[in-house]
Amino acid sequence: MDFFQILALIVPAAIVSAAPLILTGLGGVLSERSGVVNIGLEGLMMFGAFVGAIFTHYGEQWGLGAGSPWMSFVVAIVAGALFAVPHAVASISFKADQVVSGVALNFLAAGLSIFLTKKLFGAGQTPDIQERIGKGDVPLLSKIPVIGDLFFSNAYSTSFVAVFLAFVVWYIIYKTPFGLRLRSVGEHPMAADTMGINVIKTRYISVIMGGAFAGLGGAIYVASIAGNFTGSTISGQGFMALAAMIFGKWHPLGAMGAALFFGLAQSLSITGEQIPLLKDIPDVYLLILPYVLTILALAGFVGRADAPKASGQPYEKGKR
Amino acid sequence: MNLVKGRLFHILVPVVSVLLGLLIGGIIMLVSNYNPVSAYAALIDGIFGNGYNLGETIRAASPLILSGLAVAFAFRTGLFNIGVEGQLLVGWLASVYVGIHFDLPKVIHLPFAILAGAAAGALWGVIPGILKAKFKVHEVITTIMMNYIALYATNGIIRAYMLAPGERTKDIKESASLASPWLQQITEFSRLHYGIVVAILAAVIMWFILWKTTTGYELRAVGFNQHASQYAGINVSKNIVLAMAISGAFAGAAGTMEGLGTYQYMTINNAFTGVGFDGIAVSLLGANGSVGIIIAALLFGGLKIGSLTMQSAAGVPTELVGIVIALIIFFVASSYLIRWLTNRFTKGGKI
Repeated sequence: MDFFQILALIVPAAIVSAAPLILTGLGGVLSERSGVVNIGLEGLMMFGAFVGAIFTHYGEQWGLGAGSPWMSFVVAIVAGALFAVPHAVASISFKADQVVSGVALNFLAAGLSIFLTKKLFGAGQTPDIQERIGKGDVPLLSKIPVIGDLFFSNAYSTSFVAVFLAFVVWYIIYKTPFGLRLRSVGEHPMAADTMGINVIKTRYISVIMGGAFAGLGGAIYVASIAGNFTGSTISGQGFMALAAMIFGKWHPLGAMGAALFFGLAQSLSITGEQIPLLKDIPDVYLLILPYVLTILALAGFVGRADAPKASGQPYEKGKR
Repeated sequence: MNLVKGRLFHILVPVVSVLLGLLIGGIIMLVSNYNPVSAYAALIDGIFGNGYNLGETIRAASPLILSGLAVAFAFRTGLFNIGVEGQLLVGWLASVYVGIHFDLPKVIHLPFAILAGAAAGALWGVIPGILKAKFKVHEVITTIMMNYIALYATNGIIRAYMLAPGERTKDIKESASLASPWLQQITEFSRLHYGIVVAILAAVIMWFILWKTTTGYELRAVGFNQHASQYAGINVSKNIVLAMAISGAFAGAAGTMEGLGTYQYMTINNAFTGVGFDGIAVSLLGANGSVGIIIAALLFGGLKIGSLTMQSAAGVPTELVGIVIALIIFFVASSYLIRWLTNRFTKGGKI
């Protein structure tokens, strides 16, 4: 097996597993850049996956056909946004410990989504969806030699959506007035407040937008990879997205790059058996690689990563 | 007057939170067409109803007490240890390893196995501690990452070196077991074991370290204000590492409850046990105090065990209890709200 064949095996698989991580990581970037730590990404993603699975299923029954997953994405975006509200209320208005509130959100998502699954379908899992996101060649681009085969053939459209949205979030955060406000309330809320920026409102919008992204990430995971929702569908992807966000230094494009890299590590642990050099390495090393790298990155061995200055601190007007 | 009020408030917040959590749980059941009264009746029956249920409740509470202590101990030093889950897994593995591979009299073997678990947990906790002390890396992120490393590493080790039929390790030797035929017998053959004694002993140890020793004073001082502690000549870095080590040791001991008590072996875990994350809820509800943690662990252990009866007798999915626990955490964390409301009614809105 030559090098190119190996690449052709790994790269598409990496991009597929990366798409949900990219989106959820972007949700984390939005929330944390505004100063609200979001450990609840896992829960938001889980709830999005649940909503995605049931609405794809209903969409099929309503006769939406191939449009069902796309309809479910819209619902999952709304559901993710709504599900982030308890976290926003607790950590912004009630000044709860943001980490604790995020942990509670994870518990709530796990409890609520499985409770509702059992209530709706009488079983611990949703029915398998028929209309998955299909693979396809991108017209024109897939004809490019090498690159076309790697990136644009047999690709999921959701992966392009994820990459596109990463640029959108980058544009919002770095090129718009709202983005400037978002970053300023995350770095120095008091200065922002003095300049007439509504800290509370900006944080609410950011956390809720973050929830929408994470919800979409979960729904895409179901529609492209899992195929249904069970209690173990989302087990750690949200935390891996959190890791991607940190490894990407709280930058949307950095988070995207890190998510692609973690996706690569995940796909290696799955496809590794077919690759000569890698099949001798126990897959445990590939499984723990993203987490070890994140720790090393934080410790400053792989480029220092610093959190937004005010992240984790509730803002109290007039407090010195 | 203010002091009394402060104490009353400390008890008021958890009690109100639990009641609100159960109330909203009831509303959720009403909305989804279940009967909350019969469900809660079944839940209570499932907690205390007979000897078996009571034994299982206490058994489930033992690791929860220890994981709650682990979270609380770190919290007292201003650290948030979300890594209890991973520390628990390595503690579980270490205790089972000692339980299988050594041949000693029970008086030595059992404490040795428990200490091995605690030591492994401490080691797993020290790594984020050092990273925090030396490189200022936030412990929340590193402990989360360490959880996953622990999950995959313990599975990998079992698969490579300790595998027995059934995706698990061999059973531990009788001399390292916490199981007690006597306790099982008086509780209609539940899986109750001596772990509860270890857990309560650990609660006493935490109280003693924190409140009766100089080390504990320093740890708490660092938790209140790192800069002031540094100025007063306390070695902040050393105390951070120490706090994570002791916290990890409690978490590792929680793992021995599963390895030496409930299961007598370790399985290959596809997902986390959840005991470590529940520890966050326990320590929060128990206000980071030894007595509070024991009560909170019994409550959450009871809810978990009782939910099984709730499902079989009233048809309500066990996950309802997960929702209730999540709501309780939200309310305790948002104690600002409860404080604001009580002050609103008593002092005319001034905080």
